[in-house]
Amino acid sequence: MSTSDTPQRGGDAALINASIAQLRNGLSAGEYTVADLAAVFARRIETIDPSLNSLVSRVEPVEPASSTGRLAGIPFVHKDIFCAKGTRTTCGSRMLADWVAPYDATVHERLTQSGAVLLGKTNMDEFAMGSSNENSHFGAVANPWDTNAVPGGSSGGSAAAVAARLVPFATGTDTGGSIRQPAAFCGVTGIKPTYGRVSRYGMIAYASSFDQGGVIAKSAADCALVLGEMAGFDERDSTSADRPVPDYVAGLDESIRGLRVGIPKQWFSDALDPAVGDAVTVAIDELRAAGAETVEIDLPDADIALAAYYLLAPAEASSNLSRFDGVRFGYRCEDPKDLQDLYERTRSEGFGSEVKRRILVGTYALSAGYYDAFYRRAQKARRLITDHFQRAFEQCDVIAGPVTPTPAFDRGAHSADPAKMYLEDIFTIPVNLAGLPGMSVPAGFVEGRPVGLQLIGRHFDEARLLNVAHQYQQRVDWHERMPSFAADSANDNREG
Amino acid sequence: MSQFAIPSGWEVVIGLEIHAQLATRSKIFSGASTAFGAEPNAQACAVDLGLPGVLPVLNEGAVRMASLFGLAIDAEISRVSSFDRKNYFYPDLPKGYQTTQLARPIVVGGSVTVTTGEGKQAREDTIRVTRAHLEEDAGKSLHEDFHGMTGIDLNRAGTPLIEIVSEPDMRNPEQAVAYARKVHAIVQYLGICDGNMQEGSFRVDANVSVRPEGDETLGTRTEVKNVNSFRFLQRAIEFEIERQIDLLETGGEVVQATRLYDPDRDETRLMRTKEEADDYRYFPCPDLLPVVVDDETIESWRAELPELPDAKAERYQSEYGLSAYDAGVLTSSRATAEYFEAVVAREGADAKLAANWVMGEVAALLNRLECEIGACPVPADKLADLLERIADGTLSNKLGREVFEALAEQGGSVDEIIEARGLKQISDTGAIEAMVDEVIAANPGQVEAYRGGKDKLFGFFVGQVMKAAKGKANPQAVNDVLKRRLDGD
Repeated sequence: MSTSDTPQRGGDAALINASIAQLRNGLSAGEYTVADLAAVFARRIETIDPSLNSLVSRVEPVEPASSTGRLAGIPFVHKDIFCAKGTRTTCGSRMLADWVAPYDATVHERLTQSGAVLLGKTNMDEFAMGSSNENSHFGAVANPWDTNAVPGGSSGGSAAAVAARLVPFATGTDTGGSIRQPAAFCGVTGIKPTYGRVSRYGMIAYASSFDQGGVIAKSAADCALVLGEMAGFDERDSTSADRPVPDYVAGLDESIRGLRVGIPKQWFSDALDPAVGDAVTVAIDELRAAGAETVEIDLPDADIALAAYYLLAPAEASSNLSRFDGVRFGYRCEDPKDLQDLYERTRSEGFGSEVKRRILVGTYALSAGYYDAFYRRAQKARRLITDHFQRAFEQCDVIAGPVTPTPAFDRGAHSADPAKMYLEDIFTIPVNLAGLPGMSVPAGFVEGRPVGLQLIGRHFDEARLLNVAHQYQQRVDWHERMPSFAADSANDNREG
Repeated sequence: MSQFAIPSGWEVVIGLEIHAQLATRSKIFSGASTAFGAEPNAQACAVDLGLPGVLPVLNEGAVRMASLFGLAIDAEISRVSSFDRKNYFYPDLPKGYQTTQLARPIVVGGSVTVTTGEGKQAREDTIRVTRAHLEEDAGKSLHEDFHGMTGIDLNRAGTPLIEIVSEPDMRNPEQAVAYARKVHAIVQYLGICDGNMQEGSFRVDANVSVRPEGDETLGTRTEVKNVNSFRFLQRAIEFEIERQIDLLETGGEVVQATRLYDPDRDETRLMRTKEEADDYRYFPCPDLLPVVVDDETIESWRAELPELPDAKAERYQSEYGLSAYDAGVLTSSRATAEYFEAVVAREGADAKLAANWVMGEVAALLNRLECEIGACPVPADKLADLLERIADGTLSNKLGREVFEALAEQGGSVDEIIEARGLKQISDTGAIEAMVDEVIAANPGQVEAYRGGKDKLFGFFVGQVMKAAKGKANPQAVNDVLKRRLDGD
């Protein structure tokens, strides 16, 4: 693509903070071209990302397939778990460090058909296993709000890239909180749809019965626009839901007067950093101010949910990751002396330690003699958690609470203690066990680090979640705050 | 035939696991073709290769075919069945797991009737089927031609299979073979499997154990694999029975293990013991929804069922007056039955004559050429032409065989061959009378002796007339004329 000779007026700063709808209007009005827009963001990636490491690959923008689609000309990046034909797709692993996807994920197909322009692939915890993005073969990612802090994970690169205004939106995936937690840590808006809402075809599997693709963007309105393009039945994914996709944008402006918001009392306990609790409480007050009613609800057994998740997800992962054996694609060890050696060294060298830990846990959980004690009991726990939510939704329309127990922690803070790291997911994992849609919405700061408000809906009630989040964002400006890091860079960039 | 007999004092217990490749056009979880014989890896798509991010989508044709089998053996078709993953590492298993049905198979129960022995020794037994489930086939490891390395061909990976598991109801090798043959016939009748054992479309594993007669508990079993013909199945089981009894009689014990049959050495060899077996870590496949089949669909499949071997054999007995044995042989494969039926479809056809020819001349020819009846060089309509000429007296049975050989060797039409070779039987009474008179005139002494009571000489006269007719005289007519001339005058 070529850029127009005359640079647009108003500078990059206006563009990088614009909503997707505003960018579409600007393109339609001819204020700038698709190529201009791609160039603005590509330039930011080039200058800012080296200090963030949010991308593992940059992609040369191509002319969009549509000039009229709802995302026509809008730049974006993929979490590097989505296959896009001809692009390196690493899943954050040495195992796939040089693997070029020979086909398109359904999500990629749909976004590009809508006209979105891919600029790169984002860093992530290896095979989506992690809550800090420290488990990446391509190195840790810095949180744009505080470069000593982690961006969260596993979609840490996507959240950091959006927070730093490197792109208007990014894709992510959420197996146990991997969209919502990094969105919260980076002060951006993220939605994990209902399991089955977005096709998993071409999205590299971690734990198939939990994995769900979604969006990270600056606002609920942008998430609504993008999700509407991504979602829908896919005959190539048997677990995708064959039901119509509502117009998420059309529902944004509805009033939330009379909406019943459930507040899980167990979530506001000792496990929650009081400062985070305060920020979330203030956010809930704002919902009340917008006309919503709050009801206290019961969501017990979060500890059981955590334990069940850390058996079931590794069990599925141990099977899903068997295909990385050095035989057909991906990393292969040097000079294997026999088949056993090929398997052992390829997998020992190709996988990082967290991935190996989960493969071991999962293998153990499925082994003869342990299956009933571990896998089967965990499945029962999963049903129990699902029942808790079902009962809760008899009393309320959405659930609101914290996304994480703490704000973003420092890099290295939990690396010695995986179990401590797993506790980061205690409020997000139950949602995945039940397959419900969940959002993370920026709700303030604690010592300069963002805090997220989690909204959870009934199955396939994304429209309502987006509506509530949007109404909230009409009353606050947390989501419009830009890290000074990115702002400075924007200025540098404009001047340079 | 082998000289095998189960030593007295011992009882043999056999169960079979049969893998039948389903004849769907595309694979069980992908759209790639299932045709045999393509260039290695030419028929393996992203899903078959197990590339990162791909997902399986169930081929409904495979569900229908598996269900047809269930209906054919009077089994229960599960209204809800589901897929599990069987995890193990092997280079020709691309995903590191096989998608199969462990907990909830599509077909449950059912049975197959088998006949062993002939005539008065014939007996019929019911062999129960435990279950039949859907699964995907693996690829192939090619160990030759790669200079110490192994080549992987994934064309076969993802081909749909049904694994048919029997109860341990068989008590001797003949029964086991009869059961395998019957299942083979059923899947071919249903058109759900091509039954080609050489190409591996139909594979049989045998679980064999022995125990002292009267014992209630089962002996330790071994599983014999790599049996790719019915003859080898018989031999492999016989070998295994002898090996196990030898072990037990000499104070040894049978080790639970998987063994490979080696047809060149006619023996089974240890492949792996139970202790060495993988822990497959089965769990429900999260990528596939449960398979739900409703009553209406099952009834529509039931309506599709063709006439099956047992029903066909009964009809052959009642409709054509064939013996149970003949009816059993003619219905033992769909192709044989189709051939036979095409022959008897000819107006005025003599079914018994047709049965004799199909089981006699045709079977011998196929045996000699080592070919399947579908590829028989004498097609059914030609045989029907030939039998017509025998029935109308144009050909004797003997001349018929000569025409049959000619058809097999060079083709052409029956009448052309008769014409060209001058094989037409002489049925014209005048011509035969002339030959008979010549023979009588030339052998006055023998005529005297015959008329004096030496009845056995009748055969001599027949031979002389036939010789004069160069074998082409209608034997019945020769008999009649001779009798009249020698006795009557």
